[in-house]
Amino acid sequence: MLLGTLIYGFVNSAILALLAMGFNLTFGISGVANFAYGAVYIFSGFSVWIFLNTFGIPYLLAVLIAIVLSGLLGLAIYYGVILRIKGMPLSEVMATFGLGLAIMELFRYFDFVGFRYTLPVFFDGSFNIGDVYIDYQRMMIGLIAVALTICLYLFTNHTRTGLAFRAIAQDERTALTFGIDADLVGALSMALGCALAAIAAVVILPLGTIAVEGGYEVLINALAVCIVGGLGSTVGILVASVLIGFSQTFTANYLEPHWMMLVSLIAIAIVLVVKPSGLFSHQKELEERI
Amino acid sequence: MDRRKERIDRGVKARSVDIFALTSYREMIYLLIPGAVPVVGLLCFTPLLSDYWREVIISTAIYALLAMSWDMLMSAGLLSLGQSLFFGIGSYLAGSLNYYAGLPPILTLPIATLLGGVICTVFLLPVLRLRGVYFAMVTLVLPLMLSRLVEATRILGGTEGLTGLTSFPNQLTALFIIELALLGVLFGFRRIMGSDYGLVIKGISDNDRSVMSAGLNIYWYKTQVLFLGSSVGCFAGAFGTHMDMFAGMPGFALDYSIMPVAAAVVGGTGTFAGPLIGAFILVPLSEMLRALGALRIVFYGLFLVIFVVGLPEGIFAYIQRKYQQIERWVDVS
Amino acid sequence: MTDRVPLLRVKDLTKTFGGVTAVSNMAFDLQEGKLLGVIGPNGSGKTTLVNLITGFVKPTAGRIEFKGKEITGWPPYKVVSEGISRTFQMVRPFYQLPAYKNLIVPLYSPRVKKLAGGKYGNRDAVALDLLEEVGFERDAYVSYKKAGALPQGYLKRLELAKSMALRPDLIILDELFSGLSLAEVSSIVPIIEKLKTQGKTIIMIEHRLKELFRIADRVMVLNYGRKIAEGQATQVMESPAVKEAYLGSEAE
Repeated sequence: MLLGTLIYGFVNSAILALLAMGFNLTFGISGVANFAYGAVYIFSGFSVWIFLNTFGIPYLLAVLIAIVLSGLLGLAIYYGVILRIKGMPLSEVMATFGLGLAIMELFRYFDFVGFRYTLPVFFDGSFNIGDVYIDYQRMMIGLIAVALTICLYLFTNHTRTGLAFRAIAQDERTALTFGIDADLVGALSMALGCALAAIAAVVILPLGTIAVEGGYEVLINALAVCIVGGLGSTVGILVASVLIGFSQTFTANYLEPHWMMLVSLIAIAIVLVVKPSGLFSHQKELEERI
Repeated sequence: MDRRKERIDRGVKARSVDIFALTSYREMIYLLIPGAVPVVGLLCFTPLLSDYWREVIISTAIYALLAMSWDMLMSAGLLSLGQSLFFGIGSYLAGSLNYYAGLPPILTLPIATLLGGVICTVFLLPVLRLRGVYFAMVTLVLPLMLSRLVEATRILGGTEGLTGLTSFPNQLTALFIIELALLGVLFGFRRIMGSDYGLVIKGISDNDRSVMSAGLNIYWYKTQVLFLGSSVGCFAGAFGTHMDMFAGMPGFALDYSIMPVAAAVVGGTGTFAGPLIGAFILVPLSEMLRALGALRIVFYGLFLVIFVVGLPEGIFAYIQRKYQQIERWVDVS
Repeated sequence: MTDRVPLLRVKDLTKTFGGVTAVSNMAFDLQEGKLLGVIGPNGSGKTTLVNLITGFVKPTAGRIEFKGKEITGWPPYKVVSEGISRTFQMVRPFYQLPAYKNLIVPLYSPRVKKLAGGKYGNRDAVALDLLEEVGFERDAYVSYKKAGALPQGYLKRLELAKSMALRPDLIILDELFSGLSLAEVSSIVPIIEKLKTQGKTIIMIEHRLKELFRIADRVMVLNYGRKIAEGQATQVMESPAVKEAYLGSEAE
């Protein structure tokens, strides 16, 4: 039981981390609000489905196209909406949220609802660790999550573009004087974040069905992880995902499954009391923001 | 020859400043009409409508209250993406008081309003120290989580909720109650924000460092605003509970979070009359588009985006500008 | 040297941000009614010192005493209520409001109410009077103009009026003269001198040394977060440490 809990806890954490990563990259690290994140997740899922089932495109190709498409969607959102209201963070939040809403409910309106909307797994079958069965798909999720986290960490700390991402969030004017094209960098960040949402979608969605509710779930979970771990901190996202992921799995296995939702809530409550800006956040409290 | 657009106050507006408005009936009427329209329109005309449309007005009024509550929070820089949090808590409070303690609406409404305000304020207190976006994130997440919590733990009636609650004596009473509340909140909030207190609140939203260095404890003021806003939201929830004779998970529905924001953005944030107008446009509109089902939320979403980007000042500000000022082309020599 | 409690006493004040020590073991006394000038190269910790005293930043170590009371670590609103007010280097008024409305917020604070005996009175009138005191010409109705339409000279004076509105015992002016022409500076100096005659204690952080030395009683020089000299203006400028800080040392 313990081994199973640990392994599935790891997978659960990996899923949470994958979901939060794209959102964190755009909103936490670059300071560009992307509350259409859940919508992009669903969008890429349905895109793959459409390519696969309506157009008969091979699976891997469909996945790649969907990821690129999501990135392009991110660019479109940036240049179409965000650029016009840049500098007013609350407006950005509202506008992207509204857009995301429209996109998700549009899918529901066009009847993309039901059990037939699923994606096939990449690798069929499972293997044993000890006496625990774990399927290849879940293992893949775990590995991809780890790989992406490392890549993101290296990217944001050791590459020029990654550092540019952080620069525009800290002080856009100074970044501009360094020759960083803030608009372009913001657009890239948005595109990358959306692409990450798509990657998360294609590996996670095969575990269940593609549902519009899932879009809201994704946004909630990403937000919860970011609130607990601290917006902008890759380490924080990791720690929060592990914390919440393992707690949820332990709760499900040793207590009762329906207490799982309580875990995220308690985590948020604790964080709000102890360190409201998140465990690993770089945010200083208001008073120190001189 | 170049021209530019000049905007100056209308004669009647310039004449009706301060005590000089009392010099003639024309000026007085000019000042009183904007305030009279909602009062007369609501209190005198709506009772004349059919039952069905009265229902629509009541529903609109509930959303209008949520929208004005949103606007109050926004004035202090607190962007709430979870008005349904207040609605749901008010709803459950009133419902529980009625269901478990048998209290009548005349008691549950005020208790749910004030107690709900206190609970919500305490819930959100820690987030007040952070940037506005954190408030947005937390308010978005909380109601959705609370909803799932109820579903999972099956407390307070679980997925079925609390049913068979007391309703109002008749529809007319309900109509008057909600309309009086609406007008009270509208004029009350506008009065508050028009005073020096309102200046402080708006100052906090604009430049909190400046207000801090003026010797004011901004967190205390934010707390007050939070209490005001959340109480109104809880009242809406409590009222809705007795209207539907039901309190349950749908109280935390996304609809109650999004509609007020869309209404406020369409009508014009910061004005309280704007959110009211926005609600009175969007809700009947969506009622007429009811046949389209999920498309409703698509519209709210699109409205939100289009107005935030295209007409950020909102409809009310636009109307107000036309009412108070004239624009004309003027030659620049 | 002193037989009374100094108005402001700072002891061993230190502040580190991560790896950077912005202020290191700062200590000084300030007597009531005196004007202390604080000078030093950029980055020497002058503004951090102000932030520490006024509560915008919490010290890593040390004590701050005001009127004999310890105020270390107090939040800004409490420090202001006690009687210290400050101006900001980067002036940011409420641009959309008329100039005199900008003063409503400080006039709303509890301290003003307390000093007025429990009532606020007509804030608009008080605001207009205050602005006239700092040189907003009443008959030109400058006070009614939107803050966003005012030039820098007026904005600096508005900032000064905001801090005066709180009727403080100690005013800290952070680079009030920066960005002003000589004429504008000469018109503001009399206002500061008048504050002195009213018994206010003033700390002025400045780069404009000539103007500062004319009105300062004492001058303190900071470099790399440390106090490297303190005393009369002429003495201080002769000190080798100060010369090195401002001008650098001889090339070998």
